[in-house]
Amino acid sequence: MNMIPSAEKAFKPADYKSSVKPVWCPGCGDHSVLLAFQRAMAELALPPEQVAVVSGIGCSSRIPAYTNCYGFHGVHGRALALASGLKVARPDLTVVVASGDGDGFSIGGNHFLHACRRNIDLTYVVMDNRIYGMTKGQPSPTTEPDWDTAIAPGGTGLSPFHPLVIALASGANFIARGFSGDIGGCAKLIVEAVRTPGFSFVQILSPCVTFREDQQKGWKSLVHAAIVPETDDPARAARRLMTDDGFNVGVLYRGKRQPYQPKPLADFAPSHLETEFAI
Amino acid sequence: MTNAPQPVEPPKFNSVAEFFAQALAIEVEAAERYTLLADQMEVHNNKEIAAIFRKMASIEGEHRDEIARRAGNALVAGRSATFSWTGPDGPEATDFDQLHYLMTPRQALRLARFNEERAVKYFEAVAEAATDPAIAAFAGEMAEDERNHVVWVDEWLAKFASDDPNWDHDPDPPVHSE
Repeated sequence: MNMIPSAEKAFKPADYKSSVKPVWCPGCGDHSVLLAFQRAMAELALPPEQVAVVSGIGCSSRIPAYTNCYGFHGVHGRALALASGLKVARPDLTVVVASGDGDGFSIGGNHFLHACRRNIDLTYVVMDNRIYGMTKGQPSPTTEPDWDTAIAPGGTGLSPFHPLVIALASGANFIARGFSGDIGGCAKLIVEAVRTPGFSFVQILSPCVTFREDQQKGWKSLVHAAIVPETDDPARAARRLMTDDGFNVGVLYRGKRQPYQPKPLADFAPSHLETEFAI
Repeated sequence: MTNAPQPVEPPKFNSVAEFFAQALAIEVEAAERYTLLADQMEVHNNKEIAAIFRKMASIEGEHRDEIARRAGNALVAGRSATFSWTGPDGPEATDFDQLHYLMTPRQALRLARFNEERAVKYFEAVAEAATDPAIAAFAGEMAEDERNHVVWVDEWLAKFASDDPNWDHDPDPPVHSE
């Protein structure tokens, strides 16, 4: 809550809340991300019917059902592909894509690279808990190599995926990291991401309290505001992200690339699609 | 589950209307947050805790309505004051990470007590820092309201015996991978 009154807003966070109650575990960071999303939309004063929330599969991907916006709960790893098509066809909509570290970086890893490269005007929020929570706790691409469990004895031994570095290298125009324990801070990042043209990537560290409570409860004391201001220089951003401790939060890079948006066909009508299908 | 509330740095208010608006926003947020917590507990079939949070939501809702009534048509720059929701949570909003699906009534009420204590400290700080006597008076009343809530939560807490040390034992735990 920003304690300084501002001009009257057209919408309140509750205007973006659906009647469906989240099934996430109590204590899960995703509850906070949902509220941050609602606050961000209120701050942007976007009518719910002008926002589409697209997701894949996983705990975090349940989010479209919990909002009052248009939603598409898609298939595993394909949220960005769906969202790209939607945004190209309906550039008037604000399209927010939600995913998790498994859905977004493993199954959907290739879509992630090319969504960054295409730089379509999307906001991609990845709730990263370094685990596949919905399927009972398998290591994900961002899991630490030495995380030792019965399902991965001795740990995977694999270097974690570094999504921010990969986003930068692939061409994302806005890169930020947040922590679910700071709802207002996450809302601010989502606002900035939506306002920045092109592909905006926001990694939100969102602890899993069921399968990784012991390790991730402490994230609250590890996160810290980025000590260096945001940059628009990819080389500086690369150095910074490569040496990052993983707990820097804030806007880390904001580029100047023009978003990709093909011109609509002048004489196109949805009924034309039917001619493409033969039964 | 939580440490003692820390002193809160109050913002600077330019008018009584601004302060009314903020006090209202704090209570709106508190009532909405308790409702969300109650929903979570209902979904996970911890009905006793859901009922506690639902009751807290109702109390904060009454406080919200009372402030709205007292504030009347408080205006800022000729318009009703509302808030940007991109800053830190208010003093009466429970952190989501404090919940557990098997939490006990005492734990839930200790969270509520923590919030009420934090609100007392917050409004005391506003009253102390205010240069406008009207803001100081209203902040003092708010602090007194919150102190009464602390007493009330304490009475509620006294109705519950100490927690079982194995309160979080689940005979059918969700963890399969350890």
